[in-house]
Amino acid sequence: MLKILKYSFYDLIRSRWSYVYLIFYAMLGTVLLFLNNDLSKAIITLMNVVTVLIPLIGTIFGIMYYYDSREFTELLLAQPIKRSSIFLGQYLGVAISLSASLLIGLGIPFIIYGIFTSPAIWDFSLLLVVGVFLTFIFTALSFNIGLRNENKIKGFGYAILLWLFMAVIFDGLLLISLVYFDEYPLDKFSLIATTLNPIDLSRILILLKLDISALLGYTGAVFQKFFGTSSGMIISLAVLIVWVVTPMYFIYRKALRKDF
Amino acid sequence: MIIFRNFLEVNFAKIYTAFVLCGLIISPSYAQSLEVCSNCAFDNIQEAIEAATPGSTIKVRNGIYRENNLLIEKSLHLVGEELAEIDVENQGYGIVVKSDNVTISGLKISNVGQSYTDDYASIYITRSNHFKVSNNVLKEATFGVLVEKSHYGLIENNTISSTKTEEASAGNGIHLWHSSNVEIRKNEVFNLRDGIYFEFVDDSKVIDNYSHDNLRYGLHFMFSNRDEYHYNTFTENGAGVAVMFSKFISMSHNKFFRNWGTASYGILLKEIYDAKIFQNTLEENTIGIQVEGSTRINYKNNDFIQNGWAIKVRGACYTNNFEANNFLNNSFDISYNSKLNDNKFSGNYWSNYSGYDLDKNGVGDVPYRPVKLFSYVVNETPETIILLRSLFISIIDFSEKVSPVFTPDNLLDEQPLMKRVGHD
Repeated sequence: MLKILKYSFYDLIRSRWSYVYLIFYAMLGTVLLFLNNDLSKAIITLMNVVTVLIPLIGTIFGIMYYYDSREFTELLLAQPIKRSSIFLGQYLGVAISLSASLLIGLGIPFIIYGIFTSPAIWDFSLLLVVGVFLTFIFTALSFNIGLRNENKIKGFGYAILLWLFMAVIFDGLLLISLVYFDEYPLDKFSLIATTLNPIDLSRILILLKLDISALLGYTGAVFQKFFGTSSGMIISLAVLIVWVVTPMYFIYRKALRKDF
Repeated sequence: MIIFRNFLEVNFAKIYTAFVLCGLIISPSYAQSLEVCSNCAFDNIQEAIEAATPGSTIKVRNGIYRENNLLIEKSLHLVGEELAEIDVENQGYGIVVKSDNVTISGLKISNVGQSYTDDYASIYITRSNHFKVSNNVLKEATFGVLVEKSHYGLIENNTISSTKTEEASAGNGIHLWHSSNVEIRKNEVFNLRDGIYFEFVDDSKVIDNYSHDNLRYGLHFMFSNRDEYHYNTFTENGAGVAVMFSKFISMSHNKFFRNWGTASYGILLKEIYDAKIFQNTLEENTIGIQVEGSTRINYKNNDFIQNGWAIKVRGACYTNNFEANNFLNNSFDISYNSKLNDNKFSGNYWSNYSGYDLDKNGVGDVPYRPVKLFSYVVNETPETIILLRSLFISIIDFSEKVSPVFTPDNLLDEQPLMKRVGHD
């Protein structure tokens, strides 16, 4: 598996897209810092970008890479290599190279700006951690879509729809249901609903850092416990890990049985 | 005849002076200095107080004095040495002052009694003017310094604390009732019910105090007019600072940090008239300032940083002027649930402002709308706070910004600044 991973990784590193992606983040970081002249404000803006754009890029890149390397995959399948290691290796190659672009691209401008001497270092590292999680989750989800759809157009369509659903529609539905069922106690429901969407979950993780004062304004024991203690952070991180592991398991299962 | 009369007058003056001088030296009614220690003339403070003449100084040497309800009914200076401690052993008051011109300094008073019917205090001053309480450490206090119907005093450099965990059984650090012209400086009060409490206190000053981790309010005042509050720091108090039913208040250069909770405010203004709120810093509070039924208040040069709600305006507010303040990275800048009335937001810096400044005059060319649709939604359905900063919310906020339906369309800052207001 490591060999495949290494191959995919180097393949992507050599391709132009990784650099474009890296340069995009580097420029985004630089421009934000240059315009805002304020680390925490730049981090808040980045948070919006991270929770929306990273899933999008992870999804598109994942599905593109899957379809692109299909012939190579078929070649590999003819070799005496375990199926799971082919697919998981490819997946990890994509996810790791995307994460590397993110970390390096955002890291350079912020380090030059002096993030290490700033108190915002924790907010920033949390942002990066969340970014990496989202990359892993959405690449895995897109690989799942790829594995289940031979038709490229259909696969792309589903992938985009998945992103749109998670990034926008889900929140809209959640908002409507919360407003509609106003009279019921909703704090448990809203917390559980949030864990069903990795984008919301990572948003909450960042909110815990940036907007804790607003979150604690709500009267409700469940919220108070979730946001007021470290349990919110721990639960969110744990669920994010589940969100990475589950799609990976599905890749593994599908890869074992899929007919090429 | 004239000479004789002169002689008599001169002599009389001399005799009189001599008499007075004698009196100064021998008169028992003049100031003494008494010492209290285990092997001094007095081994407890109560006896020394009884024996002292008005105006005397009582020096309390190092040691622990297990005494309580020390009653001072004459002008005295009670001075403690570094390690002098009065252990009240939960038996009521520490020191009770019922006379003008009393000074209490350098004492440590601990373990004041607790009662649900009496306000036991470490130092209780009642109907006494010109008092001075300085450099004391009041530990395990119920009430720290309790002042009633007393005027012209100074409370300075005291450290007052407790370890109570329930509002009902705890008392206030510095509690003033029906007093005036009192100055409260450089005290540290923590773990009490209210750090500093004023009720019917006029013309007083609260300066440079540090009030933190109190169960209820860091500073709480009601029906107190013409008072000034400057350079104080209020951190992590249960409900922040409450300012109610008062006129002509001036608050400047205060800092309000991390007052978190469902009913927790940097400052709660209720029924306040003609106040000035200048150059304060409100950082990471659930609500920076909540304004209810307050009129003619000027807010200028304040910094609102990373609060949940920088400002919440409830009903019945008129002529509140928000000018040249910095609103930096608050979750919500302003929440508003009534008509705009004649309140004004003008010339502030809003970090969420996304307009432009083509003529380069430092003022944004398009007005800023500080009230977001989402803040209305959260008001109606508090659970939706969980959707804060999500893309969907940004989209509906944006559409509301383009054509306001739910938010008051005249609530806007016509002259939002492009750069942060520099002050200090």
